[in-house]
Amino acid sequence: MSGNKDSYYLPSPSYWPIVGSLALLVMATGFILMLNKSGAGGMTLLAGVGILLFMMYGWFGDVIRESESGMYNKQVDKSFRLGMSWFILSEVAFFAAFFGALFYARILSVPWLGSGDTMAQLWPQFVAAWPGTAVDGQLVSGPGDMPKFTPMGAWGIPAINTLLLLTSGATLTWAHWGLIKNNRSQLVWGMIMTIALAIAFISLQAYEYYHAYHELGLTMGAGIYGATFFMLTGFHGFHVMLGTTMLAVILVRSMKGHFKPDAHFGFEGVAWYWHFVDVVWLGLFVFVYWI
Amino acid sequence: MEAVHEHGHDHHPSGLMRWVTTTNHKDIGTLYLWFSLIMFFFAGSLALGIRAELFQPGLQFLQPHTFNQLTTMHGLIMVFGAIMPAFVGFANWQVPLMIGAPDMALPRMNNWSFWLLPVAAILLIVSFFVPGGAAAGGWTMYPPLFIQGGISGDMTILAVHILGISSIMGSINIITTIMNMRAPGMTYMKMPLFVWTWFITAYLLVAVMPVLAGAVTMLLTDRHFDTHFFNAAGGGDPVMFQHIFWFFGHPEVYIMILPAFGIVSTIIPTFARKPLFGYASMVYATASIAILSFIVWAHHMYSVGMPTAAQLFFMYATMLIAVPTGVKVFNWLATMWQGAMTFETPMLFAVGFVALFTIGGFTGVVLAIVPVDIQLQDTYYVVAHFHYVLVSGSLFALFAGAYYWLPKWTGHMYNEAMGKWHFWLSVIGFNITFFPQHFLGLAGMPRRIPDYALQFADFNMISSVGGFIFGTTQLLFLIVVIKCIRGGASAGNKPWEGADTLEWTIPSPAPYHTFATPPVVK
Repeated sequence: MSGNKDSYYLPSPSYWPIVGSLALLVMATGFILMLNKSGAGGMTLLAGVGILLFMMYGWFGDVIRESESGMYNKQVDKSFRLGMSWFILSEVAFFAAFFGALFYARILSVPWLGSGDTMAQLWPQFVAAWPGTAVDGQLVSGPGDMPKFTPMGAWGIPAINTLLLLTSGATLTWAHWGLIKNNRSQLVWGMIMTIALAIAFISLQAYEYYHAYHELGLTMGAGIYGATFFMLTGFHGFHVMLGTTMLAVILVRSMKGHFKPDAHFGFEGVAWYWHFVDVVWLGLFVFVYWI
Repeated sequence: MEAVHEHGHDHHPSGLMRWVTTTNHKDIGTLYLWFSLIMFFFAGSLALGIRAELFQPGLQFLQPHTFNQLTTMHGLIMVFGAIMPAFVGFANWQVPLMIGAPDMALPRMNNWSFWLLPVAAILLIVSFFVPGGAAAGGWTMYPPLFIQGGISGDMTILAVHILGISSIMGSINIITTIMNMRAPGMTYMKMPLFVWTWFITAYLLVAVMPVLAGAVTMLLTDRHFDTHFFNAAGGGDPVMFQHIFWFFGHPEVYIMILPAFGIVSTIIPTFARKPLFGYASMVYATASIAILSFIVWAHHMYSVGMPTAAQLFFMYATMLIAVPTGVKVFNWLATMWQGAMTFETPMLFAVGFVALFTIGGFTGVVLAIVPVDIQLQDTYYVVAHFHYVLVSGSLFALFAGAYYWLPKWTGHMYNEAMGKWHFWLSVIGFNITFFPQHFLGLAGMPRRIPDYALQFADFNMISSVGGFIFGTTQLLFLIVVIKCIRGGASAGNKPWEGADTLEWTIPSPAPYHTFATPPVVK
């Protein structure tokens, strides 16, 4: 259907999906072996990741070539928009599970552990509090024999990171304006600033994790506070890294002259994703770090 | 247009590679249907293992741990490997045909959605052979039992992740196809009800499959990364898993029944030779059921010890679902009322669906009542209830749909006599298997236990006999399908005179590409 804009573009048979399935099979096998302390696990997992990257390079390359050669009409463009929107909704649902766990623990299950006759029998010493019960100037999460930790404050690195991400949303929009005005240097510089801010965010979060593990005693094993803290910030950080990679691809494509002022869904899809990551962070900042 | 086609995507590899690389919705639909049929026989044979063990009290064939593996894997594979992929197979074949679209909106992703399933199936099936055997903590994967399992626990968790990715991609594709690919004039309120029910189902999937992914991820970190999500010692709560799981799990129940409603709502008007009664109310009832499904989850866990106010809320919300479901049942009855009915196999399965699913619906209302459920939680009454909605509900609708559309897919009529035998033996075998389980549950027999007290022996023996009748009958279906593919009376464009949806305007078997030029719907 070469470039026939009247009809909906239907791609030819493709080997990329089966390569992707193979990648996930190898990755799953490697990860399972790794979790169960088998020597080959790490290498197998890496091999799977390699196959996955190869698949993404090839598959997305096909899509970019088709897009640049004008095979996608308005209807195809709308399919991509709808697909990306519902994908982001599914991501919202994924984070909702972890936010749900956080709220359930804070509002219901931790207070329950410190109240009622049964709990008084089981753990007479335990006083329920969030993020933990004060013991010798530090906190302990849960009534069992748990490690002491200091919770992560909101107004140091997390506040700076909030500013970084919000600014990156603004620079990304500035880049988008450049693309719409066909001002390519504004587009490229906007993308470069956005990626720089993203990398600064990731670096600061890496430092924050180091600080948490080595100075605060705040680890994944530090009870329900540590578990929800690292699950939420960790998956968010992973999504930031994914988003940064996507931004980098868009930067390279921008420098190569891809995208037109009136047709640039690749850019917009990544921008939507980036704003989604930004909004999740605001939820994290408020509910994990701040209140 | 035609010339473009000749040079375009009509060239596809032959043999196995055709199926591996295909971007065609019909090929992918066929793959889904065969995959689900294979998984159906696999998970069904696990069920026969369970029924063989329960034929008599005492341990006959299986060690308790093996028995637990069978119940767990029977549930997981039937839900995620058989019923769900079968409905996605129907969606792949029928949604583009019924809305006049040339294909699914995102054909390459469609291929990946399918080819992730064998990966998950490999992980699940291989897990039977690893040290410690397959997962044995029940298909609901409740901690702390599930967390204590062996390597198969990790395999099951990652299989669930992969199945989730597949379902989410498949659903995004279905939503996008329905929103963006309808033929001119096919407004939302003209869409066939099968399309409507899948549209709503796909939203449920996009909303809740990620929640399941989150839940099993927390299981994984509790197993290996020292977190305490579900461990009270660290401030966590094992019941929290149940809340998150069933927030996924109850919409999941409707994910497995709403497309069945769609199939039945397509078939009954055809064989009653009357339009569907109350089309708009069917659409609104489907949407209402979907919305309500998000606020009823805790009725699966009344007995864990939750506040009375919560029990009351979940009880009333659950009973409320009987209203839109009742709307549907009465609409089907009103469609048949004074219709010029004939009872070919699809209609038999559809009518069987209406009668037997309604029994499952009623026992659902019984179980919604907190004081009753406290008695019946985890008994065979629950097992009977959900098999009435999943077997005589979802599965019968799948059979009805298969008989209904096989002529369009293969170009041949299936063997009507064998189809009728399949129906009657299934109905009889099914009821012999599961009806007595109501009595077993009311008398207090717990589920998921390989042995039982002597007073339960008679009904268990009857149930096992029924199970083997039902199980072996399904081989008949396999024979009917293979015979239908290989030959039979020519179906013509429209073998069912009462049918009026778009797929009957094209030749049978449906050409590889259809509706390249969209039809205009008046």
